[in-house]
Amino acid sequence: MRIYKPLLFAACLLPLVWLGLRIAGVAGPGLGANPAEELQDELGLWALRLLLLTLCVTPVVRLLKMPRLYRFRRMLGLYAFFYCMLHPLAYLLLDLQLDFAHLGEDLLKRTFITVGMGAALLLIPLALTSTRGWQRRLGRRWNRLHRLIYPAAILACWHFYWQVKADTAEPLVYCAVLALLLGLRFWWSPLRGRLFRGG
Amino acid sequence: MLIRAKADIPASQIAPESAWFNRRAFVAGLAAAGLVGTARAAPRYMAADVGQKELNGVSRGPFSTDEPANSYEDITTYNNFYEFGTGKEDPHRNAGNFKPQPWTVRVEGEAETTGEFDVEGLLSGAGLEERVYRMRCVEAWSMVIPWVGVPLGEVLKRFRPTSRAKHVAFETVYRPEEMPGQKRRVLDWPYVEGLTIEEASHPLTLLAVGVYGVTLPNQNGAPLRLIVPWKYGFKGIKSIVSIRFQERRPPTSWNISAPLEYGFHANVNPQVDHPRWSQASERRIGSGFSGLLARRIPTQMFNGYGEQVAHLYSGLDLRRNY
Repeated sequence: MRIYKPLLFAACLLPLVWLGLRIAGVAGPGLGANPAEELQDELGLWALRLLLLTLCVTPVVRLLKMPRLYRFRRMLGLYAFFYCMLHPLAYLLLDLQLDFAHLGEDLLKRTFITVGMGAALLLIPLALTSTRGWQRRLGRRWNRLHRLIYPAAILACWHFYWQVKADTAEPLVYCAVLALLLGLRFWWSPLRGRLFRGG
Repeated sequence: MLIRAKADIPASQIAPESAWFNRRAFVAGLAAAGLVGTARAAPRYMAADVGQKELNGVSRGPFSTDEPANSYEDITTYNNFYEFGTGKEDPHRNAGNFKPQPWTVRVEGEAETTGEFDVEGLLSGAGLEERVYRMRCVEAWSMVIPWVGVPLGEVLKRFRPTSRAKHVAFETVYRPEEMPGQKRRVLDWPYVEGLTIEEASHPLTLLAVGVYGVTLPNQNGAPLRLIVPWKYGFKGIKSIVSIRFQERRPPTSWNISAPLEYGFHANVNPQVDHPRWSQASERRIGSGFSGLLARRIPTQMFNGYGEQVAHLYSGLDLRRNY
Protein backbone atom coordinates (compact mmCIF):
# COMPACT_ATOMS: atom_id res chain seq x y z
CA MET A 1 0.00 0.00 0.00
CA ARG A 2 3.05 2.22 0.04
CA ILE A 3 2.54 2.90 -3.64
CA TYR A 4 -0.39 5.28 -3.14
CA LYS A 5 1.61 8.23 -1.88
CA PRO A 6 4.13 8.25 -4.72
CA LEU A 7 1.22 7.82 -7.12
CA LEU A 8 -0.58 10.80 -5.65
CA PHE A 9 2.65 12.77 -5.73
CA ALA A 10 3.05 12.07 -9.43
CA ALA A 11 -0.61 12.72 -10.19
CA CYS A 12 -0.48 16.14 -8.56
CA LEU A 13 2.57 17.00 -10.62
CA LEU A 14 0.83 16.12 -13.89
CA PRO A 15 -0.86 19.51 -14.47
CA LEU A 16 2.53 21.20 -14.23
CA VAL A 17 4.18 18.66 -16.52
CA TRP A 18 1.32 19.07 -18.99
CA LEU A 19 1.74 22.86 -18.93
CA GLY A 20 5.46 22.44 -19.50
CA LEU A 21 4.82 20.23 -22.52
CA ARG A 22 2.32 22.75 -23.89
CA ILE A 23 4.81 25.60 -23.46
CA ALA A 24 7.55 23.62 -25.16
CA GLY A 25 5.13 22.74 -27.95
CA VAL A 26 5.83 19.05 -27.43
CA ALA A 27 2.29 17.91 -26.65
CA GLY A 28 -1.25 19.14 -26.28
CA PRO A 29 -2.64 22.39 -27.56
CA GLY A 30 -0.22 25.31 -27.42
CA LEU A 31 -0.87 28.05 -24.92
CA GLY A 32 -2.65 30.05 -27.63
CA ALA A 33 -2.55 33.69 -28.51
CA ASN A 34 -2.18 34.93 -24.94
CA PRO A 35 0.22 32.38 -23.43
CA ALA A 36 1.06 34.36 -20.28
CA GLU A 37 -2.60 34.62 -19.36
CA GLU A 38 -3.27 30.98 -20.18
CA LEU A 39 -0.38 29.87 -17.97
CA GLN A 40 -1.52 32.03 -15.06
CA ASP A 41 -5.13 30.88 -15.43
CA GLU A 42 -4.20 27.21 -15.52
CA LEU A 43 -1.93 27.47 -12.47
CA GLY A 44 -4.62 29.37 -10.59
CA LEU A 45 -7.29 26.85 -11.47
CA TRP A 46 -5.14 23.95 -10.29
CA ALA A 47 -4.36 25.77 -7.06
CA LEU A 48 -8.07 26.16 -6.41
CA ARG A 49 -8.88 22.58 -7.43
CA LEU A 50 -6.24 21.16 -5.11
CA LEU A 51 -7.36 23.44 -2.31
CA LEU A 52 -10.91 22.12 -2.66
CA LEU A 53 -9.61 18.56 -2.95
CA THR A 54 -7.74 19.05 0.34
CA LEU A 55 -10.98 20.20 1.90
CA CYS A 56 -12.70 17.07 0.58
CA VAL A 57 -10.61 14.74 2.71
CA THR A 58 -12.36 15.27 6.02
CA PRO A 59 -15.93 14.92 4.69
CA VAL A 60 -14.98 11.87 2.65
CA VAL A 61 -13.30 10.23 5.63
CA ARG A 62 -16.37 10.87 7.72
CA LEU A 63 -18.93 9.78 5.15
CA LEU A 64 -17.07 6.70 3.93
CA LYS A 65 -15.49 5.93 7.30
CA MET A 66 -12.04 5.71 5.71
CA PRO A 67 -9.64 7.40 8.15
CA ARG A 68 -6.74 6.01 6.12
CA LEU A 69 -7.33 8.82 3.66
CA TYR A 70 -6.08 11.37 6.20
CA ARG A 71 -2.51 10.48 5.34
CA PHE A 72 -2.96 12.04 1.89
CA ARG A 73 -4.22 15.35 3.20
CA ARG A 74 -0.85 16.94 3.85
CA MET A 75 0.39 16.19 0.35
CA LEU A 76 -2.77 17.59 -1.23
CA GLY A 77 -2.52 20.71 0.90
CA LEU A 78 1.13 21.22 0.09
CA TYR A 79 0.42 20.81 -3.61
CA ALA A 80 -2.39 23.33 -3.34
CA PHE A 81 0.13 25.67 -1.76
CA PHE A 82 2.69 24.86 -4.46
CA TYR A 83 0.34 25.82 -7.32
CA CYS A 84 -0.92 28.70 -5.27
CA MET A 85 2.64 30.09 -5.23
CA LEU A 86 3.35 29.33 -8.90
CA HIS A 87 0.22 31.23 -9.93
CA PRO A 88 1.28 34.65 -8.56
CA LEU A 89 4.88 33.87 -9.50
CA ALA A 90 3.81 33.58 -13.16
CA TYR A 91 1.88 36.83 -12.77
CA LEU A 92 4.88 38.57 -11.23
CA LEU A 93 7.40 37.28 -13.78
CA LEU A 94 5.37 37.22 -17.00
CA ASP A 95 2.60 39.76 -16.56
CA LEU A 96 4.39 42.35 -14.43
CA GLN A 97 7.96 41.43 -15.38
CA LEU A 98 8.96 42.27 -11.82
CA ASP A 99 7.62 45.81 -12.14
CA PHE A 100 6.84 46.32 -8.45
CA ALA A 101 5.35 49.78 -8.94
CA HIS A 102 2.82 48.12 -11.21
CA LEU A 103 2.24 45.46 -8.55
CA GLY A 104 1.37 48.19 -6.07
CA GLU A 105 -1.05 49.71 -8.56
CA ASP A 106 -2.63 46.33 -9.27
CA LEU A 107 -3.09 45.59 -5.58
CA LEU A 108 -4.91 48.89 -5.18
CA LYS A 109 -6.92 48.86 -8.39
CA ARG A 110 -7.43 45.24 -9.28
CA THR A 111 -9.09 44.26 -6.05
CA PHE A 112 -9.52 40.67 -7.16
CA ILE A 113 -5.73 40.43 -7.05
CA THR A 114 -5.70 41.82 -3.51
CA VAL A 115 -8.21 39.16 -2.51
CA GLY A 116 -6.16 36.46 -4.22
CA MET A 117 -3.04 37.62 -2.47
CA GLY A 118 -4.88 37.38 0.83
CA ALA A 119 -5.64 33.74 0.09
CA ALA A 120 -2.03 32.99 -0.79
CA LEU A 121 -0.71 34.71 2.35
CA LEU A 122 -3.06 32.74 4.58
CA LEU A 123 -1.69 29.50 3.18
CA ILE A 124 1.94 30.33 3.97
CA PRO A 125 1.82 29.61 7.73
CA LEU A 126 -0.09 26.42 6.99
CA ALA A 127 2.60 25.16 4.66
CA LEU A 128 5.34 26.13 7.13
CA THR A 129 3.68 24.27 9.99
CA SER A 130 2.71 21.22 7.98
CA THR A 131 5.48 19.01 9.40
CA ARG A 132 4.95 16.45 12.17
CA GLY A 133 7.35 18.44 14.34
CA TRP A 134 5.20 21.54 14.18
CA GLN A 135 2.08 19.50 14.60
CA ARG A 136 3.50 18.13 17.89
CA ARG A 137 4.81 21.48 19.04
CA LEU A 138 1.54 23.30 18.45
CA GLY A 139 -0.72 20.56 19.75
CA ARG A 140 -4.36 21.67 19.78
CA ARG A 141 -3.37 25.06 18.46
CA TRP A 142 -2.25 23.36 15.24
CA ASN A 143 -5.84 22.42 14.46
CA ARG A 144 -7.03 25.92 15.17
CA LEU A 145 -4.29 27.44 13.01
CA HIS A 146 -5.06 25.16 10.12
CA ARG A 147 -8.65 26.32 10.04
CA LEU A 148 -7.14 29.24 8.12
CA ILE A 149 -7.69 27.09 5.07
CA TYR A 150 -11.39 28.00 5.26
CA PRO A 151 -10.95 31.76 4.81
CA ALA A 152 -8.18 31.06 2.31
CA ALA A 153 -10.52 28.94 0.19
CA ILE A 154 -13.28 31.54 0.46
CA LEU A 155 -10.89 34.27 -0.68
CA ALA A 156 -9.63 32.07 -3.52
CA CYS A 157 -13.15 31.50 -4.83
CA TRP A 158 -13.96 35.18 -4.44
CA HIS A 159 -10.76 36.02 -6.36
CA PHE A 160 -11.89 33.77 -9.22
CA TYR A 161 -15.46 35.07 -9.20
CA TRP A 162 -14.38 38.70 -9.25
CA GLN A 163 -12.03 38.52 -12.19
CA VAL A 164 -14.53 37.23 -14.75
CA LYS A 165 -16.41 39.76 -16.82
CA ALA A 166 -19.95 38.46 -17.12
CA ASP A 167 -19.99 34.68 -17.29
CA THR A 168 -19.81 33.65 -13.67
CA ALA A 169 -20.88 30.05 -14.30
CA GLU A 170 -17.45 28.47 -13.89
CA PRO A 171 -16.43 30.31 -10.70
CA LEU A 172 -19.89 29.64 -9.29
CA VAL A 173 -19.33 25.90 -9.68
CA TYR A 174 -16.21 26.21 -7.51
CA CYS A 175 -18.09 28.42 -5.05
CA ALA A 176 -20.86 25.81 -4.83
CA VAL A 177 -18.38 23.01 -4.15
CA LEU A 178 -16.75 25.11 -1.44
CA ALA A 179 -20.14 25.97 0.05
CA LEU A 180 -20.97 22.27 0.21
CA LEU A 181 -17.65 21.37 1.84
CA LEU A 182 -17.92 24.14 4.41
CA GLY A 183 -21.64 23.46 4.89
CA LEU A 184 -20.95 19.83 5.82
CA ARG A 185 -18.39 20.94 8.37
CA PHE A 186 -20.83 23.37 9.88
CA TRP A 187 -23.52 20.68 9.98
CA TRP A 188 -21.22 18.35 11.88
CA SER A 189 -19.75 20.97 14.18
CA PRO A 190 -20.89 21.69 17.73
CA LEU A 191 -21.39 25.24 16.53
CA ARG A 192 -24.64 24.23 14.87
CA GLY A 193 -25.99 22.86 18.13
CA ARG A 194 -25.12 26.07 19.88
CA LEU A 195 -26.65 28.29 17.20
CA PHE A 196 -29.82 26.27 16.71
CA ARG A 197 -30.75 24.84 20.06
CA GLY A 198 -31.49 21.15 19.99
CA GLY A 199 -30.51 20.96 16.30
CA MET B 1 -29.44 41.80 -54.88
CA LEU B 2 -32.04 44.13 -53.50
CA ILE B 3 -34.32 42.16 -51.26
CA ARG B 4 -37.18 44.55 -50.74
CA ALA B 5 -38.44 47.06 -53.22
CA LYS B 6 -38.85 49.65 -50.50
CA ALA B 7 -35.27 50.74 -50.94
CA ASP B 8 -34.60 53.20 -53.72
CA ILE B 9 -30.91 52.68 -54.31
CA PRO B 10 -30.58 52.13 -58.06
CA ALA B 11 -29.55 48.65 -59.02
CA SER B 12 -26.76 50.12 -61.10
CA GLN B 13 -25.05 51.21 -57.93
CA ILE B 14 -25.01 47.71 -56.61
CA ALA B 15 -21.88 45.83 -57.54
CA PRO B 16 -22.38 42.34 -58.89
CA GLU B 17 -20.79 39.59 -56.85
CA SER B 18 -18.25 38.95 -59.59
CA ALA B 19 -16.68 42.31 -58.86
CA TRP B 20 -16.00 41.06 -55.37
CA PHE B 21 -14.65 37.65 -55.81
CA ASN B 22 -12.42 37.91 -58.84
CA ARG B 23 -9.01 36.58 -58.15
CA ARG B 24 -7.21 38.38 -60.94
CA ALA B 25 -8.68 41.73 -59.99
CA PHE B 26 -7.74 41.00 -56.40
CA VAL B 27 -4.10 40.47 -57.23
CA ALA B 28 -4.07 43.46 -59.57
CA GLY B 29 -5.67 45.51 -56.83
CA LEU B 30 -3.03 44.47 -54.39
CA ALA B 31 -0.28 45.34 -56.83
CA ALA B 32 -1.86 48.72 -57.51
CA ALA B 33 -2.13 49.37 -53.83
CA GLY B 34 1.49 48.46 -53.35
CA LEU B 35 0.60 45.52 -51.19
CA VAL B 36 2.24 42.87 -53.29
CA GLY B 37 5.95 42.69 -52.88
CA THR B 38 6.17 45.05 -49.94
CA ALA B 39 8.05 44.07 -46.84
CA ARG B 40 5.01 44.41 -44.60
CA ALA B 41 5.09 42.12 -41.61
CA ALA B 42 1.54 40.94 -42.26
CA PRO B 43 1.62 37.87 -44.49
CA ARG B 44 -1.08 37.61 -47.16
CA TYR B 45 -3.48 34.78 -46.69
CA MET B 46 -4.66 32.76 -49.59
CA ALA B 47 -8.31 32.01 -49.26
CA ALA B 48 -7.91 28.31 -49.80
CA ASP B 49 -5.55 28.04 -46.84
CA VAL B 50 -8.04 29.40 -44.39
CA GLY B 51 -11.39 28.43 -45.90
CA GLN B 52 -12.42 32.02 -46.60
CA LYS B 53 -13.04 33.84 -49.87
CA GLU B 54 -10.53 36.27 -51.23
CA LEU B 55 -11.64 39.86 -51.39
CA ASN B 56 -11.01 41.67 -54.64
CA GLY B 57 -9.90 45.16 -55.45
CA VAL B 58 -8.75 46.01 -51.97
CA SER B 59 -6.84 49.27 -51.85
CA ARG B 60 -4.66 50.37 -49.01
CA GLY B 61 -6.64 52.82 -46.93
CA PRO B 62 -5.43 55.65 -44.73
CA PHE B 63 -4.73 55.58 -40.98
CA SER B 64 -2.91 52.23 -41.05
CA THR B 65 -0.31 51.65 -38.37
CA ASP B 66 3.04 50.20 -39.37
CA GLU B 67 3.25 48.18 -36.16
CA PRO B 68 3.60 44.47 -36.90
CA ALA B 69 0.21 42.87 -37.31
CA ASN B 70 -0.87 39.88 -35.27
CA SER B 71 -0.95 36.57 -37.07
CA TYR B 72 -4.11 35.32 -38.75
CA GLU B 73 -4.10 32.52 -36.16
CA ASP B 74 -3.98 34.91 -33.22
CA ILE B 75 -6.73 37.06 -34.67
CA THR B 76 -9.03 34.17 -35.50
CA THR B 77 -8.50 31.97 -32.43
CA TYR B 78 -8.49 34.49 -29.60
CA ASN B 79 -11.32 36.96 -29.25
CA ASN B 80 -14.55 37.74 -27.48
CA PHE B 81 -17.79 36.89 -29.25
CA TYR B 82 -20.09 35.79 -26.44
CA GLU B 83 -22.66 34.53 -28.95
CA PHE B 84 -20.30 31.57 -29.39
CA GLY B 85 -19.26 31.21 -25.75
CA THR B 86 -17.45 33.27 -23.16
CA GLY B 87 -13.98 31.74 -23.47
CA LYS B 88 -11.49 33.46 -25.75
CA GLU B 89 -11.14 30.34 -27.88
CA ASP B 90 -14.85 29.51 -27.86
CA PRO B 91 -15.73 31.62 -30.93
CA HIS B 92 -13.13 29.76 -32.98
CA ARG B 93 -14.32 26.45 -31.58
CA ASN B 94 -18.08 26.98 -31.78
CA ALA B 95 -18.69 29.15 -34.85
CA GLY B 96 -18.58 26.30 -37.36
CA ASN B 97 -22.35 26.00 -37.80
CA PHE B 98 -22.94 29.69 -38.32
CA LYS B 99 -24.22 30.65 -41.78
CA PRO B 100 -23.15 34.13 -42.87
CA GLN B 101 -24.65 33.62 -46.34
CA PRO B 102 -27.20 34.62 -47.44
CA TRP B 103 -27.31 37.73 -45.30
CA THR B 104 -29.43 40.84 -45.21
CA VAL B 105 -29.21 44.00 -43.19
CA ARG B 106 -32.21 46.15 -42.27
CA VAL B 107 -31.55 49.87 -42.57
CA GLU B 108 -34.25 51.77 -40.78
CA GLY B 109 -35.17 54.87 -38.84
CA GLU B 110 -34.43 58.52 -39.51
CA ALA B 111 -33.22 58.36 -43.08
CA GLU B 112 -34.72 59.09 -46.48
CA THR B 113 -33.79 55.66 -47.76
CA THR B 114 -34.47 52.57 -45.75
CA GLY B 115 -34.92 48.93 -46.57
CA GLU B 116 -33.36 45.54 -46.47
CA PHE B 117 -30.11 44.92 -48.31
CA ASP B 118 -27.68 42.14 -48.80
CA VAL B 119 -24.05 42.85 -47.98
CA GLU B 120 -23.04 43.66 -51.53
CA GLY B 121 -25.97 46.01 -51.90
CA LEU B 122 -25.18 47.73 -48.65
CA LEU B 123 -21.55 48.35 -49.51
CA SER B 124 -21.96 49.06 -53.21
CA GLY B 125 -20.23 52.15 -54.46
CA ALA B 126 -17.69 52.15 -51.67
CA GLY B 127 -14.31 50.63 -52.46
CA LEU B 128 -12.82 48.04 -50.17
CA GLU B 129 -9.84 49.27 -48.19
CA GLU B 130 -7.33 47.58 -45.97
CA ARG B 131 -6.89 49.33 -42.64
CA VAL B 132 -4.30 48.04 -40.20
CA TYR B 133 -5.71 49.14 -36.85
CA ARG B 134 -4.82 48.65 -33.24
CA MET B 135 -7.59 46.85 -31.35
CA ARG B 136 -7.68 47.44 -27.60
CA CYS B 137 -9.93 45.15 -25.61
CA VAL B 138 -11.47 46.48 -22.40
CA GLU B 139 -9.80 43.47 -20.73
CA ALA B 140 -6.39 45.16 -21.22
CA TRP B 141 -5.07 43.10 -24.13
CA SER B 142 -4.59 44.33 -27.66
CA MET B 143 -3.85 43.28 -31.21
CA VAL B 144 -2.92 44.86 -34.53
CA ILE B 145 -5.35 43.71 -37.20
CA PRO B 146 -5.39 44.27 -40.98
CA TRP B 147 -9.12 44.71 -41.53
CA VAL B 148 -10.75 44.98 -44.93
CA GLY B 149 -13.84 47.12 -45.15
CA VAL B 150 -15.38 50.38 -46.18
CA PRO B 151 -15.70 53.58 -44.17
CA LEU B 152 -19.06 53.36 -42.41
CA GLY B 153 -19.73 57.03 -43.13
CA GLU B 154 -19.66 56.43 -46.88
CA VAL B 155 -22.21 53.67 -46.50
CA LEU B 156 -24.47 55.67 -44.20
CA LYS B 157 -24.59 58.85 -46.25
CA ARG B 158 -26.16 57.01 -49.16
CA PHE B 159 -29.24 56.49 -47.03
CA ARG B 160 -29.47 60.27 -46.51
CA PRO B 161 -30.02 60.36 -42.76
CA THR B 162 -32.34 63.17 -41.67
CA SER B 163 -31.46 65.93 -39.22
CA ARG B 164 -33.05 63.87 -36.48
CA ALA B 165 -30.50 61.10 -36.98
CA LYS B 166 -28.26 61.88 -34.01
CA HIS B 167 -27.28 58.28 -33.34
CA VAL B 168 -26.83 55.02 -35.15
CA ALA B 169 -27.94 51.81 -33.45
CA PHE B 170 -26.66 48.38 -34.48
CA GLU B 171 -27.93 44.91 -33.74
CA THR B 172 -26.30 41.47 -34.00
CA VAL B 173 -28.21 38.54 -35.45
CA TYR B 174 -30.06 36.31 -32.96
CA ARG B 175 -29.74 32.66 -33.95
CA PRO B 176 -29.37 30.46 -30.88
CA GLU B 177 -29.39 27.36 -33.07
CA GLU B 178 -26.22 28.52 -34.82
CA MET B 179 -24.77 30.56 -31.98
CA PRO B 180 -24.66 28.28 -28.95
CA GLY B 181 -23.62 31.07 -26.61
CA GLN B 182 -27.02 32.70 -27.10
CA LYS B 183 -28.68 29.77 -25.36
CA ARG B 184 -27.40 31.14 -22.07
CA ARG B 185 -28.42 34.60 -20.94
CA VAL B 186 -24.93 35.84 -20.19
CA LEU B 187 -25.94 39.05 -21.96
CA ASP B 188 -29.34 40.33 -22.95
CA TRP B 189 -29.57 39.00 -26.54
CA PRO B 190 -29.45 40.21 -29.22
CA TYR B 191 -26.25 42.18 -28.74
CA VAL B 192 -26.79 45.87 -29.43
CA GLU B 193 -24.36 48.72 -29.86
CA GLY B 194 -24.48 52.34 -30.90
CA LEU B 195 -22.52 55.39 -31.93
CA THR B 196 -23.25 59.07 -32.28
CA ILE B 197 -23.72 60.07 -35.91
CA GLU B 198 -20.43 61.98 -35.71
CA GLU B 199 -18.60 58.86 -34.55
CA ALA B 200 -20.32 56.70 -37.13
CA SER B 201 -19.41 59.15 -39.90
CA HIS B 202 -15.80 59.54 -38.80
CA PRO B 203 -13.38 58.38 -41.51
CA LEU B 204 -11.68 56.00 -39.06
CA THR B 205 -14.88 54.05 -38.46
CA LEU B 206 -15.00 50.97 -40.61
CA LEU B 207 -17.65 48.51 -41.66
CA ALA B 208 -15.42 45.47 -42.03
CA VAL B 209 -16.07 42.45 -44.23
CA GLY B 210 -12.64 40.87 -44.10
CA VAL B 211 -9.31 40.40 -42.44
CA TYR B 212 -5.95 39.69 -44.08
CA GLY B 213 -7.51 40.06 -47.52
CA VAL B 214 -10.11 37.34 -47.05
CA THR B 215 -13.72 37.41 -45.87
CA LEU B 216 -14.30 37.50 -42.12
CA PRO B 217 -14.33 34.09 -40.48
CA ASN B 218 -17.53 33.39 -38.54
CA GLN B 219 -15.79 33.83 -35.21
CA ASN B 220 -14.71 37.35 -36.11
CA GLY B 221 -18.18 38.62 -36.93
CA ALA B 222 -18.98 37.42 -40.43
CA PRO B 223 -20.20 38.71 -42.71
CA LEU B 224 -20.22 42.30 -41.50
CA ARG B 225 -18.94 44.01 -38.40
CA LEU B 226 -18.11 47.39 -36.98
CA ILE B 227 -14.58 48.62 -36.23
CA VAL B 228 -14.15 51.73 -34.09
CA PRO B 229 -10.41 51.68 -33.36
CA TRP B 230 -10.34 54.41 -30.70
CA LYS B 231 -12.93 52.61 -28.58
CA TYR B 232 -12.74 49.40 -26.59
CA GLY B 233 -13.27 46.31 -28.69
CA PHE B 234 -16.77 45.55 -27.42
CA LYS B 235 -18.08 48.56 -29.40
CA GLY B 236 -17.19 46.65 -32.56
CA ILE B 237 -20.49 44.83 -32.92
CA LYS B 238 -20.35 41.70 -35.07
CA SER B 239 -22.62 39.91 -37.54
CA ILE B 240 -24.78 43.01 -37.96
CA VAL B 241 -28.39 42.60 -39.12
CA SER B 242 -29.79 46.02 -38.31
CA ILE B 243 -28.62 49.60 -38.67
CA ARG B 244 -31.03 52.18 -37.35
CA PHE B 245 -30.77 55.97 -37.47
CA GLN B 246 -32.37 57.52 -34.41
CA GLU B 247 -32.46 60.65 -32.31
CA ARG B 248 -32.05 59.09 -28.85
CA ARG B 249 -28.91 57.42 -27.62
CA PRO B 250 -29.37 53.71 -28.18
CA PRO B 251 -28.89 51.15 -25.39
CA THR B 252 -25.68 49.12 -25.59
CA SER B 253 -25.28 45.56 -24.37
CA TRP B 254 -22.35 45.83 -21.98
CA ASN B 255 -23.73 49.03 -20.53
CA ILE B 256 -27.01 47.24 -19.83
CA SER B 257 -25.11 44.34 -18.28
CA ALA B 258 -22.85 46.40 -15.99
CA PRO B 259 -23.53 50.16 -16.24
CA LEU B 260 -20.87 51.07 -13.68
CA GLU B 261 -18.17 49.20 -15.61
CA TYR B 262 -18.99 49.87 -19.26
CA GLY B 263 -20.26 53.17 -20.61
CA PHE B 264 -21.81 54.21 -23.89
CA HIS B 265 -18.68 55.97 -25.10
CA ALA B 266 -16.11 53.32 -24.13
CA ASN B 267 -13.25 55.38 -25.53
CA VAL B 268 -9.87 53.85 -24.82
CA ASN B 269 -8.52 55.91 -21.95
CA PRO B 270 -5.49 54.93 -19.86
CA GLN B 271 -6.47 57.48 -17.21
CA VAL B 272 -9.89 56.07 -16.48
CA ASP B 273 -9.69 52.63 -14.95
CA HIS B 274 -12.21 49.87 -15.10
CA PRO B 275 -13.58 49.51 -11.55
CA ARG B 276 -11.81 46.17 -11.22
CA TRP B 277 -8.58 46.76 -13.13
CA SER B 278 -6.26 49.43 -14.46
CA GLN B 279 -6.46 50.52 -18.07
CA ALA B 280 -3.02 52.16 -18.02
CA SER B 281 -1.27 49.36 -19.87
CA GLU B 282 -2.08 46.43 -22.09
CA ARG B 283 -0.72 43.06 -23.15
CA ARG B 284 -0.09 42.82 -26.88
CA ILE B 285 -1.30 39.41 -27.97
CA GLY B 286 1.25 37.03 -29.42
CA SER B 287 1.62 33.27 -29.22
CA GLY B 288 4.71 31.25 -28.43
CA PHE B 289 7.69 32.14 -26.29
CA SER B 290 7.87 35.72 -27.51
CA GLY B 291 4.25 36.23 -26.45
CA LEU B 292 4.88 34.50 -23.15
CA LEU B 293 7.74 36.85 -22.37
CA ALA B 294 6.35 40.03 -23.96
CA ARG B 295 6.33 43.18 -21.87
CA ARG B 296 3.14 45.07 -21.21
CA ILE B 297 2.92 48.28 -23.22
CA PRO B 298 1.43 51.58 -22.14
CA THR B 299 -2.10 52.19 -23.39
CA GLN B 300 -2.50 55.34 -25.47
CA MET B 301 -5.30 57.88 -25.13
CA PHE B 302 -8.00 57.06 -27.70
CA ASN B 303 -5.83 54.03 -28.49
CA GLY B 304 -3.41 56.34 -30.29
CA TYR B 305 -6.07 57.89 -32.56
CA GLY B 306 -6.44 61.08 -30.52
CA GLU B 307 -5.21 63.29 -33.31
CA GLN B 308 -8.15 62.14 -35.41
CA VAL B 309 -10.91 61.90 -32.82
CA ALA B 310 -10.13 63.96 -29.72
CA HIS B 311 -12.13 66.91 -31.12
CA LEU B 312 -15.30 64.79 -31.00
CA TYR B 313 -15.14 64.88 -27.22
CA SER B 314 -13.98 68.41 -26.46
CA GLY B 315 -15.77 69.70 -23.41
CA LEU B 316 -16.91 66.22 -22.43
CA ASP B 317 -15.85 64.93 -19.00
CA LEU B 318 -14.29 61.64 -20.05
CA ARG B 319 -14.09 60.44 -16.47
CA ARG B 320 -17.86 60.58 -16.11
CA ASN B 321 -18.58 59.66 -19.73
CA TYR B 322 -16.53 56.48 -19.76
